[in-house]
Amino acid sequence: MVEVVVKLALVAAAFAVLPLLVGQAEHKVMAHMQGRLGPMYAGGFHGWAQLVADGVKFAQKEDVVPRAADRWVFKLAPGVALVPYLLVLIVVPVGPDGQVALDLGLGLFFALAVMGVGVIGAIMAGWASANKYSLLGGMRVAAQLMSYELPMVFAASSVAMAAGTLSLPGIVGEWRWWWLPWQAIGAVVFFVAGLAELRRPPFDMPVADSEIIFGPYTEYGGLRFALFILAEYAGIVVLCALTTVLFLGGWKGPFLDAELGWLWTLLKVAVLAFLVIWLRVSYPRMREDQLQKLAWAYLVPLSLGQLALTGVLKVAFG
Amino acid sequence: MGRVGRLPGGGLAKGLAVTLRTMTRRSITRQYPEVQPDLPPRSRGVIALFEENCTVCMLCARECPDWCIYIDSHKETLPAEGGGRARTRNVLDRFAIDFALCMYCGICIEVCPFDALFWSPEFEYAEYDIAELTHEKERLREWMWTVPPPQAHDPAAEPPKEVGTAEKAAARASRRPPGAARKPPEGAPKPPEDAPKPPEAGT
Repeated sequence: MVEVVVKLALVAAAFAVLPLLVGQAEHKVMAHMQGRLGPMYAGGFHGWAQLVADGVKFAQKEDVVPRAADRWVFKLAPGVALVPYLLVLIVVPVGPDGQVALDLGLGLFFALAVMGVGVIGAIMAGWASANKYSLLGGMRVAAQLMSYELPMVFAASSVAMAAGTLSLPGIVGEWRWWWLPWQAIGAVVFFVAGLAELRRPPFDMPVADSEIIFGPYTEYGGLRFALFILAEYAGIVVLCALTTVLFLGGWKGPFLDAELGWLWTLLKVAVLAFLVIWLRVSYPRMREDQLQKLAWAYLVPLSLGQLALTGVLKVAFG
Repeated sequence: MGRVGRLPGGGLAKGLAVTLRTMTRRSITRQYPEVQPDLPPRSRGVIALFEENCTVCMLCARECPDWCIYIDSHKETLPAEGGGRARTRNVLDRFAIDFALCMYCGICIEVCPFDALFWSPEFEYAEYDIAELTHEKERLREWMWTVPPPQAHDPAAEPPKEVGTAEKAAARASRRPPGAARKPPEGAPKPPEDAPKPPEAGT
């Protein structure tokens, strides 16, 4: 009982801290990639407390609900966007021998299903805002979910097939280094589809602020808006953690797997989070049709090919 | 790099390389209030008045394109000395520059024949009230302390005309017999052309 409480507390702490770390890293990395310095004042040392200051600012703002909005759906949407990522973190293993809050036999299935729910939050926000830009954004979110969920699930099931289990600790347990080249295509497809599902640039057509204001989040302000932003960064953490667990061998490192497992996991997550930021800085936003084409014309065939490759090799050598 | 761009996906790699390379370089942000900017020499920040040199000739006020210089003065009569007639001289009562109007053209400084106006690089004198931007002569005199010495000439530059003519005159004087040496030093510095740029004489 105590163990479960401690684990849940750790998960909650990670859920509170890691997204902020990613957000701060984004501030600084993006700034330096653009030849700037980024935040320098908040907290004194290189603006380390910028996101804390932002949080205080958001908390002070008025909570506005448009008159024509669907009140309950509107108010519920940020929660629906945020909570699923917390739930996914519960089943993500950080180390060997039960260093996971909940070792679920259907872990992978649970994680993917719950991650999909997170997107519903944005669709709800788009629908309930009584704003045509929000609605447009919401529809784009829905379209993006439709197209990218498929290759994502295909890529994930390829790993599940290779490991012969749906349990996330089980998958990492089965993982060997030669899975890296074997599942490489699946890894790329999974990561890219995950980025698209999080609506991160260059896949941020649904929230494209220069064309549809801020998509589904247009009418939000104050804490509810902050929750949406937090959900985005929590989503990055979850996506990076899942990619680590499924494709990069989770806690397995070159040495001291048992003792430093959690550190390897965190390190891989950090590298992937950096990659997420790096992609955002480097690439311009994709047009809506390009976005759909990437999913249907490239990612779905690629993931199917990966599935076939996994199956053939599994049958041939397994 | 050129070859990379032609491979499929090469453009994507190139984009990543550009951002990564920029990240490893020093950012160009200037942290102004904490770190003072290194201004170029002869920066035009504010105009300083060397009041002691001003003769109230009004040239600056008349040449100013947007009429931002205000000068008031009165005449003072000095008592006659040794039997001559009494002399008058101008006394400056007010000298003000309205920096809300000034366009920093520097004509007043160019035109001043007595080296009473100078450029100072100080630029932090923003005010909440526009009336405060009119600096009276006390304030203009204070700026004088911030005027830097003139920039040194480039190593291979022509020597200033004043120095050149003075040296020539000195050389000519040394070649002359001692008896005739009195004349040139008086005449030489003045006649050459039209004494080019007095402002540098502040050295």
